[in-house]
Amino acid sequence: MTSLTKKLIAGGALALAFALPAQAAINVLTCEPEWAALTTELAGDKANVSSATNALQDPHRVEARPGLIARTRNADLVVCTGLDLEVGWLPLLVQQSGNAKIARGQPGYFEAGSFVPRLDVPTKLDRAEGDVHAAGNPHIHLNPHNIALVSAQLAKRLAAIDPANAAYYGARQADFAGRWSQAMRKWETQAAPLRGMAIVEHHRNMEYLMSWLGMHQVGTLEPKPGVEPSAAQLGQLLAQLQQQPAKLVLRAAYQDERASNWLSQRAHIPAVVVPFTVGADAESRDLFSMFDTTVQRLTAAVK
Amino acid sequence: MFKHTLMSVAIAAAFALPLSASAADNPELAAIRAQIQEMKQSYEARLQALEQRLQDAQAAVAEAQNTAAAAQQASAAAPAAAAPAPAAAQGDNAFNPSISLVLGGTFSNLSQDPGTYRFGGFMPPVGEVGPGSRSFNLGESELTMAANIDPMFAGQLTFALSGENEASVEEAFFRTRELGGGMNIKAGRFLSGVGYLNGQHSHTWDFVDAPLAYQAFFGGQYKPDGVQARWLAPFNTFLEVGAELGSGRSFPGNDRNKNGFNATSVFAHVGDDIGDSASWRAGLSWVRTGALDRAYEVDGIPNAFSGRSSIWMADAVYKWAPNGNPTQTNFKLQGEYMRRKESGTLASGELADGYAGTQSGWYLQGVYQFMPNWRAGLRYDRLSSGSPFIGLVDSGVLGMDAFPALASYNPKRSSVMLDWSPSEFSRLRLQFARDEARPGQPDNQVYLQYIMSLGTHAGHTF
Repeated sequence: MTSLTKKLIAGGALALAFALPAQAAINVLTCEPEWAALTTELAGDKANVSSATNALQDPHRVEARPGLIARTRNADLVVCTGLDLEVGWLPLLVQQSGNAKIARGQPGYFEAGSFVPRLDVPTKLDRAEGDVHAAGNPHIHLNPHNIALVSAQLAKRLAAIDPANAAYYGARQADFAGRWSQAMRKWETQAAPLRGMAIVEHHRNMEYLMSWLGMHQVGTLEPKPGVEPSAAQLGQLLAQLQQQPAKLVLRAAYQDERASNWLSQRAHIPAVVVPFTVGADAESRDLFSMFDTTVQRLTAAVK
Repeated sequence: MFKHTLMSVAIAAAFALPLSASAADNPELAAIRAQIQEMKQSYEARLQALEQRLQDAQAAVAEAQNTAAAAQQASAAAPAAAAPAPAAAQGDNAFNPSISLVLGGTFSNLSQDPGTYRFGGFMPPVGEVGPGSRSFNLGESELTMAANIDPMFAGQLTFALSGENEASVEEAFFRTRELGGGMNIKAGRFLSGVGYLNGQHSHTWDFVDAPLAYQAFFGGQYKPDGVQARWLAPFNTFLEVGAELGSGRSFPGNDRNKNGFNATSVFAHVGDDIGDSASWRAGLSWVRTGALDRAYEVDGIPNAFSGRSSIWMADAVYKWAPNGNPTQTNFKLQGEYMRRKESGTLASGELADGYAGTQSGWYLQGVYQFMPNWRAGLRYDRLSSGSPFIGLVDSGVLGMDAFPALASYNPKRSSVMLDWSPSEFSRLRLQFARDEARPGQPDNQVYLQYIMSLGTHAGHTF
């Protein structure tokens, strides 16, 4: 092979490499792993999906890292919970990336929280109450009915961003919705014994899970949302549990275990860790197995 | 009735199952099975229809909440308990900028008179230099107002209100919102993108005061009046380049009464993640500006510099948090090196002749959050004055005693701090420093500082 042909081939390959991204899969950046899992369910290999955070990170506290800014720059669609959950870092990413497609209000900005009914919408906004979210509790994904609502909207949005594959997204959404409602019925049957159960949670991030399964909360390890548990607060909580007992103390995989173990030992109730989102442990690979694990851990703890 | 039929289906199914193996050919059983199958399908369809109705109802609730939230934002002044106002009734304040306020203050104990503070071997910089006053000090309070202007532009104004009852404009700029293509343009007065710490407001610093190099070379922070363009390359690795044109009025430049662009700076930053737990950013920057009769006085002898200043900066920062979750513990290591070349003329009284000097400085600091809300940090600062060429001394017209500021010296400082942040909006800090900026007069500095943040608060950059 002459060096000219080599150069031509190399040039051709290079040209192809530059031309390809135009028709290749769309780039989707999600703020949390659950939306990455959902986007993958709906878009399959038509989208390159990555999540800005992993399951062991606190979605409230994320650094606008250089690697994240670079990924935001190349995104065609950003899928986030919204409701001010990412207020400390997402606006910075969007601004610094200089990517006009994903600015708030553009089709490239998808706020899952705006498509579901919110719990805990505060009647009073005061930082003395801790880290309050004006638009309501943002941890919406732990009620699978919310996932169903979001999936329908997300499929529409994917179709709007990438009209060439609209039918594909529609078909995958229909398939997902069918499997999802079956799975929900299964979880609801399995979780029937949890109805009416009182629990203690670490942060107010399980409200949607509780409202789905009919559980209720009698205390939080954090004295105020976003404020770390203190010895004094835990002591008070323990005393309060004497009058108003709870069946278990619940926390997400990303939350520190110490406070919940402390209470578990003294109140003699099990400390249960739920994955909270996809990828927190080996069993929670996707949305289905994440809820499988959640329901299984809860029911196993109160057997 | 629904429940009742379900029950009968279940009973039928329970009876049907054990029989199915033995009597596969019984037509009656086959009929029952077909009926069950039919009922199952019909229930499946009804369940799905119900679920769809539930979903529609939920979506409607979400929509109503969105409308209510929008209305509430519009009439922010209205009490929240009141019934949500219709979206059309927007208050006069709906488009007001968001306001954020930072309160800061220190209680200082300084072993040396802060009035004598200077960097041995350096011309005294103009700006926020030195340890401040003794005892209680109202630090800088920052008042920031920011809002989108229209689809194209957003704007921000930050006042710095000093304890000496002076208000100054810290930043006032507009920036583009949706240029796209990784471009961002800013114009007005802004914190320059050079280096690492330069772009960050003082309330986000990990120590009470700026590194010595920033104080000596920029008089605190470099804040040009001008225009900035930044471009982020479309790679998966962070690569950002930027350029700024400025009036040249901010130190080390001064007002030269000249048209055109009197200060230029360029910078480039690269960065990436190392696994889930760590990330880094490093950069190179260059600033060029000029001064005309930049006067200063040390020991009662007036001197003035005219000429060009150019500054090279290298910066690097590394952050670590287990699994990228900084809530419990995290660590941050940052360092910057600066090298300034100045050449021109240096005057002493009526006499003036050539001047050329190269001076450098660096700092390295590490801050560790060892438990939630608590952090400890160490910093080491060093400056090197070098030995400048001073024409008037070289030609023997004057002795070095005519330029007391420039006698060679290498200032240094070691600082240690401990801070406590009960929430992301408040911080209390204790800092101790041994500052050897003045030749032969080490200053032991103790600070107690508070930083409080009120109102809407924008996120902090990496």
